[in-house]
Amino acid sequence: MSLLAKVAVRRGDFELDVTLEVSAGSVISLLGPNGAGKSTLLAVLAGLLRPDSAIIELDGETVIDTVKGTYVAARHRRVGLVLQDYLLFPHLSALENAAFGLRSRGVPRRRSRSVAAAWLARLGVGDVADRRPRELSGGQAQRVALARALAVEPRLLLLDEPLAALDVGTRPAVRADLRRHLADYDGCAIVVTHDPLEALVLGDRLVVIEHGRIVQEGTPEQVTRHPLTDYVARLVGLNLLRGSADGRVATVGPEAVVTLAHDAAGPVHIAFSPASVTLSPHRPEGSARNAWAGSVADMERHGDLVRVTVDGPVPVLADVTPLAVADLDLAPGIAVWASVKATEITVYPA
Amino acid sequence: MTRHSAEARVPVLFVVPAGLGLAILLLPLAGLLARAPWNRLGEILGSDGVLTALRLSVLTATLATAICLVCGIPLAWLLARGSFPGRSLLRGLVTVPLVLPPVIGGIALLVAFGRGGTVGSWLESATGTTLPFTTAAVVIAQSFVAMPFLVIAVEGALRGADRRYEDVAATLGASPWTIFRRVTLPAVAPGVLSGAVLCWARALGEFGATITFAGSFPGITRTLPLEAYTAIGAGDAETAIVLSLLMIVVAVAVLALLRDRWLVRG
Amino acid sequence: MGVLQRPLPMSVHCKGAAALLAGAIVALGGAGCSGPDESDRVTVLAAASLTEPFTTLADEVSDDDEIALSFGASSALVEQLRAGARADVLATADTRTMAHAVDAGLVTGDPIVFARNSLVLAVPTGNPGSVSGLADLARDELRVALCEPQVPCGAAAEQMLATGGVDARPDTLEADARATAGKLALGEVDAALIYRTDVTSSMEIVDLPPDAVVVTEYLIAMVDGASNQRGAEDFITAVTGATGRRLLAEAGFETP
Repeated sequence: MSLLAKVAVRRGDFELDVTLEVSAGSVISLLGPNGAGKSTLLAVLAGLLRPDSAIIELDGETVIDTVKGTYVAARHRRVGLVLQDYLLFPHLSALENAAFGLRSRGVPRRRSRSVAAAWLARLGVGDVADRRPRELSGGQAQRVALARALAVEPRLLLLDEPLAALDVGTRPAVRADLRRHLADYDGCAIVVTHDPLEALVLGDRLVVIEHGRIVQEGTPEQVTRHPLTDYVARLVGLNLLRGSADGRVATVGPEAVVTLAHDAAGPVHIAFSPASVTLSPHRPEGSARNAWAGSVADMERHGDLVRVTVDGPVPVLADVTPLAVADLDLAPGIAVWASVKATEITVYPA
Repeated sequence: MTRHSAEARVPVLFVVPAGLGLAILLLPLAGLLARAPWNRLGEILGSDGVLTALRLSVLTATLATAICLVCGIPLAWLLARGSFPGRSLLRGLVTVPLVLPPVIGGIALLVAFGRGGTVGSWLESATGTTLPFTTAAVVIAQSFVAMPFLVIAVEGALRGADRRYEDVAATLGASPWTIFRRVTLPAVAPGVLSGAVLCWARALGEFGATITFAGSFPGITRTLPLEAYTAIGAGDAETAIVLSLLMIVVAVAVLALLRDRWLVRG
Repeated sequence: MGVLQRPLPMSVHCKGAAALLAGAIVALGGAGCSGPDESDRVTVLAAASLTEPFTTLADEVSDDDEIALSFGASSALVEQLRAGARADVLATADTRTMAHAVDAGLVTGDPIVFARNSLVLAVPTGNPGSVSGLADLARDELRVALCEPQVPCGAAAEQMLATGGVDARPDTLEADARATAGKLALGEVDAALIYRTDVTSSMEIVDLPPDAVVVTEYLIAMVDGASNQRGAEDFITAVTGATGRRLLAEAGFETP
């Protein structure tokens, strides 16, 4: 049950143009900033939005072909949709919600209910079958919505920000659960999220969309180690610079030069994690260190550390301990030197 | 200290006009209550003429409401969701009976459905039946004046409904009719209900179009308002007063029912 | 501190409210007395069928007084008087209604018969129902309009039918003579018993034997407690005099 989608949509100034391939049984995490086009893409795949031009093949069946004029309506596509607000039908119980798709396809009431009950049990919400949606917790509602989508055995499962409506405390557990259920599901799944951790945990592959175009795709490791855009870099918590390399030195700006651990040539991406950045009041000693002057722009708690944003010819993020903040007397506006060892830098072609 | 501030907050300037407004609304009711023949109440309410008119009124108003529901809900759906040329014009036309004097409405109905009317003459030649002076004519007249109430209420509810529920239902495999029946309609049910109640109340009180188009005959076309009018014409003030009180009680009950609905919906 | 400051705006509001209230009372009290002096107006309550002749008469004779005409079913007019409506003259479409007014002490003096109206069997031009006499009114398939029996034209119709021994099948019992004639004028009924004076050019009258015809007498009297007695007398004189008789005859009434 694989998906091959080539979709183009124009809406005013916004243009979405993507080609996506999902193999059977795999989960794609679709990452991107607001307005990138993720929800638009989902709507097209689900059959709720007509694209300007598209070819979509689902499980071998051509679902849309704008050139030939083929268009299969939403109700015949067997695409499951779980939205951020879950949208469980408020006047039906959890069981009736889960059975809705089956009943709509003409399955007799008793059988629909037993199949739905089995799905609810499988997802761990069998005990809330008789409750109304407003009586369910966020996590329960999410699972009921998932059961509702899975009960009709869709070929493609689309989840739009599935954890966004939950409070931060319950997210890890539900996220782990969701990963398990997605692993059991044998169709293609696409999870839209803006949360990098969610994307990394749930997806077998990451696809990053910005301004209606796919800017990067690959395994979670590939994407996090080698981010190709600022957005991705910031998302995965890396410092990303772009420059032109010539041997061991790369120029990243008018007064900014980076010394590399290995030779490189041509346009390159330079990435290093904030944890490898050291801050000091004066230029540090040691030729193995790259150092740049700058001033503190922002500081924010980041787990046990403090993430400091440093402005300057080479803007960087640095993770330092609270003790270091106190020692250095760091505050917005203070001048600092940021330095990083060449060996901590990853360089890859742009 | 708090009490004093609360008093000062009400603009005293409003009290007089508000009192006048209240007087305009309540004095006629008070007058009716004062002049009502309380000792003859049972006799009048139990009289043949009144009981027949009451039965006829309830029957026709209910039938008219049923017609308005069957025709009005699809019409409201078209107005709320459809996209076709002339939609705003159609919406304007639907509200015409609201501003039309009912007697004019009755004349319009006569012109169309009367014996010599465009549709009426065809009806007579095709089936041999005519509409005026029949109970069907009463139902038609009531439907004509009451339909806008239902259409407007349902259209408003449909516009406010979250269409994403319908999107989800479509992806689950539901046909448009199933979506309407199991998702849309339950969502707009409160709007439909309050529209139907208003429709029923308006149909019950309909007079001008009924008397012009359907005529006035006991048991066939003489509804409660017509019965009251006939009583006045005949000089029987007591019956007219009793019927007026009856209709006011019904109206108040209807509005109380609606208010509860509104309050519950919040 | 707040307690001391509050009363000031309140008293300003109170004064404003008092002024408004006084103004309202004056306005309401004065509403009934706009225009010419109250004693110059003559208020006439008359049966609906007298609309045209009385309106024309009022135009022709009113120079000093302002004549206010109010038309309706005779019985309704009497009920209005009973409820305390202020009027100077009452003109009814039959003797029975005027008798009720006399019994209730609503009129003074002896009522005068000033016109007669016959109830006729009328049909739309072309006589689509092929109506030749009163007996046809019993035919089921005909559409027939009559007045409600409790109003004057309805009582007359009942009398007519009883004399002729006809068990009529009306389809509508209208609340006043005009409405009955209206149904016929619109062509919605095949026959109706209406006043001769309400017959229009779109109708025909079916001839009936003289003993079958019912004639109603119109009476006029001054209302008890009339505020403009002189004006009332003037009007009554005009109605019973030459001008009145001419106009009534033109409208189709018979005059004594």
